[in-house]
Amino acid sequence: MAATTSPSDPAAAGPAHLVRFDLAERALHWATAVLFLVLLATAAVLYVAPLSAMVGRRTIVRLVHLWAGLALPLPYLLARLGPWSSALRADVARLGRLDRADRAWVRSLGRGRRAPLGKFHPLQKLNAAFTAGAIPVMLGTGSVMYWFEPFPLAWRTGATFVHDWLALALFAVIVVHVAKAFGDTDALAGMWHGRVSRPWARSHHAAWDAELQALPTRPTSGSQDRSA
Amino acid sequence: MEPVAESLGTPVGRRIVLGMLGLGGAGILWGSKLAERFNRLLAPVAAMDQTGLTSLLPASGGFRIYSVVGLPDARGEADYRLKVSGLVERPLELSMADLRALPATRLVKDFQCVTGWRVPEVPWVGARLADVLDAAGVVAGAGAVTFHSFDDFYTESLSLDQARRSDVLVAYGMQDGPVSHPHGGPVRLYVAPMYGYKSCKWLGEIEVTAVQAEAYWERRGYDADAWIGRSNGRDDQPV
Repeated sequence: MAATTSPSDPAAAGPAHLVRFDLAERALHWATAVLFLVLLATAAVLYVAPLSAMVGRRTIVRLVHLWAGLALPLPYLLARLGPWSSALRADVARLGRLDRADRAWVRSLGRGRRAPLGKFHPLQKLNAAFTAGAIPVMLGTGSVMYWFEPFPLAWRTGATFVHDWLALALFAVIVVHVAKAFGDTDALAGMWHGRVSRPWARSHHAAWDAELQALPTRPTSGSQDRSA
Repeated sequence: MEPVAESLGTPVGRRIVLGMLGLGGAGILWGSKLAERFNRLLAPVAAMDQTGLTSLLPASGGFRIYSVVGLPDARGEADYRLKVSGLVERPLELSMADLRALPATRLVKDFQCVTGWRVPEVPWVGARLADVLDAAGVVAGAGAVTFHSFDDFYTESLSLDQARRSDVLVAYGMQDGPVSHPHGGPVRLYVAPMYGYKSCKWLGEIEVTAVQAEAYWERRGYDADAWIGRSNGRDDQPV
């Protein structure tokens, strides 16, 4: 696995696969994904009249929705606070910033050759930030909707309005996210097995591949240093 | 610019998360005003929309289908019967034809749910509950009415005085058509001045009682006298 090639020619040799996500990150991703699916499905039953009519049983559907919602931040907290969090922390730091590679990539849009990207696509970064922002907002507005009694009535209406619109936005973003994943099964497999092939990494995230090959140590460590 | 910060890049993620938290908080505080404006803006569009897609938009005004069970088995108009029982001189089993033979009343009035949504100006058609009660003949000592859904799961109740109001209908028409199954058809109650949970869907039996029974939602903490705007801690516009 050790990348011993010279930084000047990173594509020439090195491992056949790269570690993209460790177990804690993948567990976090899929636990959150399952919870989001449960939330979207129960939300649809609560919200879309023909589905409400078909399923009924409002009390139990609402209860499932409530508990899935309350559980939503738990996978992240578990992954982040445990001793297994180093790769996640590094990736969160990467996801949180649009860096020089992203700017160069945006500038190269519409030109023949795209600038090489780091580990994450700029839209993946925006998706991560949007989801990270949406979870506490949904949790807060959902709580005001469910435990409405201590609050002014207008808050419940306002919270419902925010919750409903953000749910629609989340639905749209998740549909695009899933469609993109199925459109690039190598990326999907990367989230499932944790590893991606070198050719995939070189064609989609060339700067990340180069960065890993330039590292003297384990390629999985999520160092922030850019030697470029 | 400091070179280290330059290489780390702009903290877009933090800005998006904080921005969303701020918008979400502002939405809780002032979103009701926005929802109202949006509702008014969208109402004319929704009225013309044949696809029903606008009803998927939040706060666009439109019925939401609430049922505490799976929907009961549909009942056709032909085999539908409405029982009138309890403290009456003549217990009845009314067919659709019997109900239609009573004087028909048409009301165009809002439907307000206790959870906040409201459907403006819904046309309702039906017999007055007062006429149905008179047909059976309420005996002395009666003071209230209990309604049972025909799947025997849901109950509601009114005092006799409330039940005799002219804006309380045994409705068989809604939105210029029959009352559809999801909306509680073929026959449901419509109690105009009270929150929607009073308007018992899939009405199967009207039982006249001495004292007002505690019904499904009242056992779960909702007010028995569910006047719109004057109960359940709400201040909606009365209907």
